[in-house]
Parts: sequence; C-alpha cells; structure tokens
Amino acid sequence: MEPNEPTNGGAALIRALELEGVEVIFGLPGGAILPVYDPIIESSIRHVLVRHEQGAGHMAEGYAHVTGKPGVCMVTSGPAATNVVTPLADAYLDSVPMVCITGQVPYAAIGTDAFQECDTTGITMSITKHNYLVSDARDIPRIVREAFHIATTGRPGPVLIDVPKDIVDPTNPRSALDWYWPTDEEVIAGLPGYRPTTKGHPRKIKEAAEMILAAERPVIYAGGGILKARAAEALKELAELTGIHVVTTLMARGAFPDDHELCLGMPGMHGNYTAVMSFQETDLLITLGARFDDRVTGKLDEFASKAKVIHADIDPAELGKNRAPDVPIVGDARLVIEEIVSAIRSLLESGRTQADTSAWKQTISGWQEKHPLHYDQHVPGERLKPQFVLETLRDNTPSDTIVCSGVGQHQMWTSQYWHFNHPYTWVNSGGLGTMGFSVPAAIGAKAAFPDRMVWAIDGDGCFQMTAQELVTATVEKIPVKIAILNNSYLGMVRQWQEMFYDERYSEVFLSQDVPDYKMWAESMGCAGFRVDSPEEVLPTIQKANEINDRPVVIDFRTDAAEKVFPMVASGKSNSEVMVHPSQVAGIGEF
Amino acid sequence: MPGVTSPSGGHNTNKAVRHHTLVVLVENQPGVLARVAGLFARRGFNIYSLAVAPTDDDERFSRITIVVDVESSPLEQITKQLFKLINVVKISELDPDDSVERELMIATVKADPSVRSQVIELVDVFKGSVIDVGFDELSIAVNGEPDKLDDVEELLRPYGIVELQRTGRVALPKLERTPPRLKSVQNRVAN
Repeated sequence: MEPNEPTNGGAALIRALELEGVEVIFGLPGGAILPVYDPIIESSIRHVLVRHEQGAGHMAEGYAHVTGKPGVCMVTSGPAATNVVTPLADAYLDSVPMVCITGQVPYAAIGTDAFQECDTTGITMSITKHNYLVSDARDIPRIVREAFHIATTGRPGPVLIDVPKDIVDPTNPRSALDWYWPTDEEVIAGLPGYRPTTKGHPRKIKEAAEMILAAERPVIYAGGGILKARAAEALKELAELTGIHVVTTLMARGAFPDDHELCLGMPGMHGNYTAVMSFQETDLLITLGARFDDRVTGKLDEFASKAKVIHADIDPAELGKNRAPDVPIVGDARLVIEEIVSAIRSLLESGRTQADTSAWKQTISGWQEKHPLHYDQHVPGERLKPQFVLETLRDNTPSDTIVCSGVGQHQMWTSQYWHFNHPYTWVNSGGLGTMGFSVPAAIGAKAAFPDRMVWAIDGDGCFQMTAQELVTATVEKIPVKIAILNNSYLGMVRQWQEMFYDERYSEVFLSQDVPDYKMWAESMGCAGFRVDSPEEVLPTIQKANEINDRPVVIDFRTDAAEKVFPMVASGKSNSEVMVHPSQVAGIGEF
Repeated sequence: MPGVTSPSGGHNTNKAVRHHTLVVLVENQPGVLARVAGLFARRGFNIYSLAVAPTDDDERFSRITIVVDVESSPLEQITKQLFKLINVVKISELDPDDSVERELMIATVKADPSVRSQVIELVDVFKGSVIDVGFDELSIAVNGEPDKLDDVEELLRPYGIVELQRTGRVALPKLERTPPRLKSVQNRVAN
C-alpha cells in the first residue's frame, strides 16, 4: 500500500498489523468483524482459528510471554468481546503486551442495544492499559501504531481496539481513507500524556549502590519486570559481582537460573523456606521489577521488617503502593541494574569495600540444608505423587522446554520442582490466577516457537475449562503436550478446606470417572494416555516426547491428599511459614 | 457525590474534612472523564466535587478540577494511578492554603413579597445577583470562595431553598509574593 493510496478501514487494519510485524493472529470471526477477516485471506499473517474467544486471548498471552512481542487476538462484538475479558484482565495483572481487536456494531447503532452489542471499551476500561473506540476510518493506522507502542513500552499491558463495522466495511463510504503510516515521532507527539521514565535517577542509583555494598544481609527480590525488560543478563552480573542471593517470584521464574548457586527460588505463600526466611531476616531488600504482591508478602506489616528497601520499577505507582521504599527508583529494570552495576564498580575502584556477608551466607545455607523441598514417596497401591511426576518430566525434557501451567496446586508444584535455567521458559497466570490458562497459553507459545518442546502442566479442574482448544491445536498442527496432574479434586481449594475448614470438603470433588481424559484427548485428535503407576511414568513421558505430529495428553492419576508445602496461611506473617510435616522440628531455628 | 453537604454531614467544606484539589490536564477525547471518574471509583476514592471544561487550547485539552477528601485515601497513590491514564497529560496538586479557589452557586429561594427585599439584601451583601424573579420565588447567583458559598447557603436556608446547584470548585495556585531574587536570598538565610 502506497502513501495516499485510497483504501478502506478493514484493509488498512490488516496492513497496519503486517507493518507492526505481526506473525500470527489468534481469533474467531463473527458478524461485526467480518470485513476485517476478508483481507486476511491475502495477508502474510497466519490466523489461528480458536474454538472459544478466551482461548484466543490466552494464546496471544502465551505468545507474548515467550517472545516478548505483543500477542494479537481478534474477535467479534458482544459475547466475543466479553469472552476476551478474562485474558485481558490476566494480561493487565501480569503486564503482558497484547493487542486485542474487537468488532463493534456500526457506529450509528452504538447505544441502541443492537444485536451483539456491548459497551466493550466501557467494560474493558479498568483491565486494559488503554483502549480505543474507533470513530473514523482515517484514524486506523495511527491507532494501531499507538496501540503497539503503548502495549510494549513502559510497563507493558493489553491494549484494545474496538472497531465499528461500518468503518471497516469497504461497501460503506465511512470506511474510506487514504493510506498513511505515522512515524515514531508522530506517534510520540500524538500521545502527550505518555512518557514512560526508563533511566533511573543518578543520585538514587548511587544511593542504591552504596547501600548494597554496606549491607550485611542483602537479598535480591527479582520480579516479572526482569523478564519484561530483558534484564536477565544484567541481573546475573549484579548478583555475581556482589555475591548476593536472588529470589525469583512466580512471575520471574527463569529470570535467574535455578542451578546457579546464588538462586534461592520462589518466595511467598508456597515459596521455598529459604527464600521466605531470607526476606524475613534480610537487612536490605533489593527489589527489581517486583510489586510486593500479597502472595509474596503475607501479612504486610511483618514482611521483611528488618530490611531497608531499594525498589526499582518502571511503574511509579508501584513505588510505595504496598511498602514504602528507602530508595525508590523509577526506570526500566535492565537500564537500572546496569547503572547500579557500574555505580558499584566505580565505588569498588575508588577503594570502597563490600561489607562482610559471610555470616549471612552461612545462615542461608543452613536453611537450605534443613528445609529443602520435600515430599513423602509413593506408597504402593496408592495414587501417584504429583511431585514425582514433575521431577520425572523435568529430568526427561530438554532444558529449553517451555513449561506452561494453570492455577492451583499443580502450578505451585511446577514452580517449586521445575528447574528453570533459561528466561522465557515459564508461562503462567500469576496475578489474576486464571484457571484454564495453560492449554491455550501453551498453544500460543508453541505457535511462536514450533521447534521447541512445549509442555503444559495442568490440573484436572483447569483442563476442563479450556480443553477444547486442543481441537485448535490438532487442526492448526501445533503439537503441544499436556500433563494433567489429575487428583479428581479442585486441589488447592481442597487443601484450604482440609487445613482451615476442619476438613469439611464443600464442592471440591470433581469425579474419579469422568471425563475419560484419554478418550477425550483422542476425540480431539490428540494422542491420549493414562498413567496410574510410578513404573509407567517415565515410559509414557518418553513416548509423548517422541510424538510430534499431534498434541499429546497424559492423564496422571495423582494423590488427592498431597498438599503444597511450605505454606504461609493467608493473612499470616511469613515468619509463620508451615513446612512439610516431616520437617516441623526445625522451624524457627536460624 | 457533590451536593449541598460535605461528607462529614455539615455544610462547611473546609472546616470538618481536609480537602485537596487536583487539577488534571487531559486530552480532549471521548471517554476521558469516564476513565478519570472510573479510576477514583474502583480504587475506592471519594470525589467531593468535579468541574470539567475545555482549556484555552480547546481543540486538544480539557481541564478537570477534582476535589478529593484526603483523609479517606493516600493522595499520592491517586495521583500516580491517574497519571497512568494515557490521556492524562499533567496533574497539579493544590493545597487549599496555597491556592485560590472559586465556585458558583445558583439557587431558587422562597421569597414572597413580604420577605423579597430581605433576600435581595442578603444576596447584595455577598455580591451576588438576582437572575430570575417569580411570583413568590427568586433565583439568585453567587460566586466566590467555597466557604463563602457555604455561608450564603446557611443564611438563605430559613427562607426555604427550593433548589440549589453548585458548580464544584476551580482553582489556581497562589502567585509568588516576592521577586525571585529576593526569594533565593531568603532561602539561603532560612537554610
């Protein structure tokens, strides 16, 4: 398309997506979005036809998580738009870059309760970083450019573009426009209220560097911002330069290699004992791209109460939202860490020495020795231990395997037991906690990297929410692998009822018998397996790994009584962490 | 929402509860007010009054003057969240002590011929004006500092207020009283 060439809104929209470098759109057409689907036939962009719009949204998220590029989904108006509300909210809470295009009834019909009409921009206002209702076809190239700019810069997030049908329908005069493509400068000039700060304030950087060298019990609290900012290398440099241990939040698993001697793993409600205690005892919490989420802090007043806090985040609203920082730094995590590293280097060169942290390191290794992750081994005749399944899967897949999960016990076990040694290998729903996330997210990840192995670790409750997307995976030839840790229960809810509701199990038992996951998988064109005994675990995983022509589903029958430990009960202080019953004797000894 | 009473239930906006004024410069686009108001609502912040109008550059920008009850919520968090809205260009925060505020009130008051002159006299004292006259009612307009309007309102009440509307306040920062050079000397002395 040449500048000033007459065109229409629908063709311009697809052309704009091509120019933004979009490789794949996840979506499902319908009445209001029909005119935008027509030019897709000639477009270079791949379209993945989903079975439910929620799937399209999560696929776009999965794609974005592993590539860092914005995921794109496109659906029609009304119920389709409300079906992407969950993925939009999910992407908003986990800062996932995403552009969602929704159809809308013709502009003149808006507000008349027309067929498949809903107030999409109103509904999504609080769960998008920004949204647009296009009122003029000539705005389309500008709005698409702005949407991608907003979704990917600053704190990333989802942006929605709601497009009334008349504006994209070539038979309607309102769709006419002369093509143009705004420059970067024009995009920035058009957004006078949007200027994310990326470079940290030099004085704060210096203060942070000095505090880091002076701390005797420092620890790094690394959040999802590390991955968003492509800051994993910088983080490693900071940790190795100072010898400071790194705790990686649920959203940051893989941002620092688990096999690194300085890695302490996940903090929070189901964090490693050592990670949890290191926060409670540290004198300097170096917070990088994390947000003091309640699942990390437990009872806020008693979280890291002995610590001074350095807090670096690209979103100024995070600084002081939950915990008042001693050194607030607004900026991009990669740039800030690089600046801190060079500030530390120049302090060291000028003769400054780092405080002695050897006692702290001993404390940490003492915790690690006393409270490693632990589960009781399988008892013959009983169902599988989910942790054993995870360890076997982990040890028999390539180290760059992409692992996705849903939400619940299986998610926590995966985060705990997997060894994430590379960034962008872990995809999950952290903030919103969206059950049913993993199957479509895995499909999105596999669509981005067809040559990588992608495993979704799912629960039986989660799987039943979005399993139909495996039909999409089969038809679109996106061979993901699904391991269902099937304990026949809504496991995490069951765990809470067992521990906090006197074992009164209310509405958490799903079924031992239905669905038959093997048959269900096969009916969707996947290879299906069921595993009951520990001996079958490895051979079935090996069989699954060899299947590359279609998706695979393995139904692992796991023990419903198994609970996730350690655990900090909701609202309790992290110092009251409950360890596995076999380790109870050692609690509270430092 | 704004009305004739403050959140504390009294009539005096400044005495019982501490208010802060946020002056928010926004892009003049559809839906911007909904974004701003919605943000207050979903973060649990109470808006006391709200005034919106285009600026001198009315093609591009509007100004929203929001009075918030600062006891109910940390103002810093509101400001930061507001600033995250893409269409919000600039936010100025005005403490009542460091700003000049004005508000307009119009009201219809019961005023049969026997008390009509008393009402007119009262309105005159406050430099207001009579904007409409009916058989036994008067409509009046008064502008001034919000405190003063509270007083007018209280004084009119015994006659019987039929209807009353206030615009919500608009505000500007207080200007410097001293020339810049003198000020810097003073600062040095103070330090």
